[in-house]
Amino acid sequence: MAQQRPHPRPRDYWVVALILAVITAAEVSVTYIDFLDAAVAPMLLVMAAAKFAIVVGWFMHLRFDAPMYRRLFLIGVIAAPILFAAVLFSFGVLIG
Amino acid sequence: MSVALHEEHAHDPAHIRKVAMWVFLGSECLLFGTLISTFLLYRTRTGSGPTAADVFDIPFTSVSSFILLMSSLTMVLAHHSSVRKDYRQMRLWLVATALLGVTFLAGQVFEFTEFVHEGLTVTTSPFGSSFFVLTSFHGAHVAVGVLMLLVTALMSFTGKWRPDAGMDVELVGLYWHFVDIVWIVIFTVVYLLQV
Repeated sequence: MAQQRPHPRPRDYWVVALILAVITAAEVSVTYIDFLDAAVAPMLLVMAAAKFAIVVGWFMHLRFDAPMYRRLFLIGVIAAPILFAAVLFSFGVLIG
Repeated sequence: MSVALHEEHAHDPAHIRKVAMWVFLGSECLLFGTLISTFLLYRTRTGSGPTAADVFDIPFTSVSSFILLMSSLTMVLAHHSSVRKDYRQMRLWLVATALLGVTFLAGQVFEFTEFVHEGLTVTTSPFGSSFFVLTSFHGAHVAVGVLMLLVTALMSFTGKWRPDAGMDVELVGLYWHFVDIVWIVIFTVVYLLQV
């Protein structure tokens, strides 16, 4: 597969795990900081998205494997929020 | 996808199994997307029962989340060992991953027991129903993952370990990491954003 990149080494995985642990600690910390108030929700969503992307990219190897696998997974990842919005709209707005 | 790439792998069983796993995981996104949507819809409908802020213990759930996150590290190290054909290390990391998964499940059982003692059950309110259904589905996925890990580790002790068995570890790993990323979303959306 010409488009594949070399896979990471164990040391890289430990570094990635450390980054994930730091982000998790930051997530929990911001919920205890009162003055952040309205900024907490966007900050938490950005940090969760970062963790999601790191696990998918590094631990699930989507950064390094054939692009075909990425596309297959992206179908589900993109369809889920659309379904999400459809459910919230149908039950929350149309049905009440 | 290029035609050349498709033709190159069209008859490769390992590739076909991996494609099947990614399609399965993509469909699982929709399952959990629906369950999370349902929770968001009913999160404020607590009736006379407790609210999320009343029952959630964020420090405890944070430790559980950290344990599950670290199980993804041990899983990827198991996969790396299988690629290097270091099966002793691979078994060690597989069992470590399973133990972390069991610890997470034990935490979930403890948490559910505490919630029931505080008056939140699956029938208390729409919030309780949607919360327990979502987190129980995730817990069931973790339990299936633990079984897959233990079976893979046990199979490697038998003489039936095939030359392409590294793919088994990779597929179990993909499933396990998926369970982890679903929890990343649940931890933020269901726990942190509700307190």
